[in-house]
Amino acid sequence: MSIAVPDRLRPSQASPRLVFEAGHTSAVRTRLLLQDIIEGARLWRLGLTLGWLDIKLRYRGSLLGPFWLTLSTGAMVAALGVLYSTLFKTNTTEYIPFFALSQVLWVFLSSVILEGCTCFTLSEGVIRSVRMPFFVHSIRSLVRNALVLAHNVLVIVVVYAYYRIWPGWHAALALPGLALWTIDGLAVAMLLGAVCARFRDIPPIIASIIMIAFFVTPVIWQPKQLDKSLNWLLVGNPFFDLLEIVRAPLLGTTAGSHVWIAAIMFSVALCALAWVGFGRARARIAFWM
Amino acid sequence: MHGDARIEVTGLSVFFPLYHAGSRSLKKTVFAAAAGRLARDRKQRVIVQALRDVSFTVRSGDRLGLIGGNGAGKTTLLRTLAGIYEPVMGRLEITGSLHALLDAQLGMNPDLTGRENILLRGLYSNLSKPEIARLEEDVREFAELGEFMDLPVRIYSAGMVVRLGFGLATAIRPRILIMDEWLMAGDASFIEKARARLEDMVSGAEILVLASHSPTVVKEWCDRVLWLDQGQVRDDGPPERVLERYLGHPLEEPAAA
Repeated sequence: MSIAVPDRLRPSQASPRLVFEAGHTSAVRTRLLLQDIIEGARLWRLGLTLGWLDIKLRYRGSLLGPFWLTLSTGAMVAALGVLYSTLFKTNTTEYIPFFALSQVLWVFLSSVILEGCTCFTLSEGVIRSVRMPFFVHSIRSLVRNALVLAHNVLVIVVVYAYYRIWPGWHAALALPGLALWTIDGLAVAMLLGAVCARFRDIPPIIASIIMIAFFVTPVIWQPKQLDKSLNWLLVGNPFFDLLEIVRAPLLGTTAGSHVWIAAIMFSVALCALAWVGFGRARARIAFWM
Repeated sequence: MHGDARIEVTGLSVFFPLYHAGSRSLKKTVFAAAAGRLARDRKQRVIVQALRDVSFTVRSGDRLGLIGGNGAGKTTLLRTLAGIYEPVMGRLEITGSLHALLDAQLGMNPDLTGRENILLRGLYSNLSKPEIARLEEDVREFAELGEFMDLPVRIYSAGMVVRLGFGLATAIRPRILIMDEWLMAGDASFIEKARARLEDMVSGAEILVLASHSPTVVKEWCDRVLWLDQGQVRDDGPPERVLERYLGHPLEEPAAA
């Protein structure tokens, strides 16, 4: 017998104690919610590995592996970039880098939201057989999409190199934007994952909303093309603010402070909603599987 | 075995809401209706009362067997003890690290290789890198996977899947061990090896909770038996008494036939 794996869950001082109680007060709910996030964060290696294995599995046996993503994004950017720049009568040198960047970032944002919807229901088997913090599933979903983004970034690099664009040190300003995206991405998965576990017809609704958002947000068109009278499209649109905080620095400009303020306000609202929504649903999610 | 491991269950009830009217839920509805446990809650949703007002305490050293027919609530109780389902009413307090072995697959992903599944289990238990390497070594040796380590579990033979599941399940030693009976039913070729390993794990645990259909299995492993019937505790006591009562009931039926 060689079962030498130590029991890490056995601390030397006190025995771990778990209490499950019905009829939660909001204080208890908050404690359990925090516990889920802390325990989940402690299992970050598991979340990371699960996300990475998801990508590996998706492309197992294919020659190029995840670089198929890069290739198909590249082909799409090239084809649509030329088409749209002709339609919009702008020059390709200015338009295509903008479009490549916007498209890649948008694909990330939209799939974080869409896959967030299924982050719990896809792990049904795990949720029903072991006790695991739900935060791990949310990390997994974000990691998976971050890896896809990392592959698509190559397209941006190639386009920038082709047009000899260098955004300068401004580009570093995208980092705080990406940090905010990480927080939002985790929060949106917790919220939508819980809501969609309960109401299975939410994901198609979310998909339609994202589709509309794609067209009303400046992804394929540039903000400056917008008629002044339609400016309200940008002001009330959280997707625009969130996209802009990462996109502007990479285009060599800066996102205005009003954009940042709006993005932060929206993120705070999202986190609050996730806090309340997931906090209320947490104890019931396993029953909804 | 001395320690402070303890499970305390007070007035525990677990109800399942039937939200999704899919075929799976329909099946549940039919079974529950047959068992007479359907009810409606305040909002007029159909619910299944899987456990009703269950109370008991398990102390360090106890070997508790759960018996009861299909749909008696054994699996629900195990899942609740494992922290998967939270009480709808009542309270559950667990002191000591707990490990639950509820099904052979235990969240294993059949598309991943044996090695990857072992890695995930190691990470789930928050093991360090060298510990995961040891876990891998230990499980590979036990499950006799050899070259199959790097092939997807999907293509394993049934025996290999059971050995892998068993090897993984028994590699981590908790103070409180919660098991469904699948672990007790192995194929003949590895049963001896499995038995030694299982006994080792069980004797290392302060508390064992084992659910089974089979009175023989319960009698062999447990020194206390809890009889669940339609989600309620029917009897709780020494194996001889409870099993006799439990068996005595169905034994009367053939006489009538």
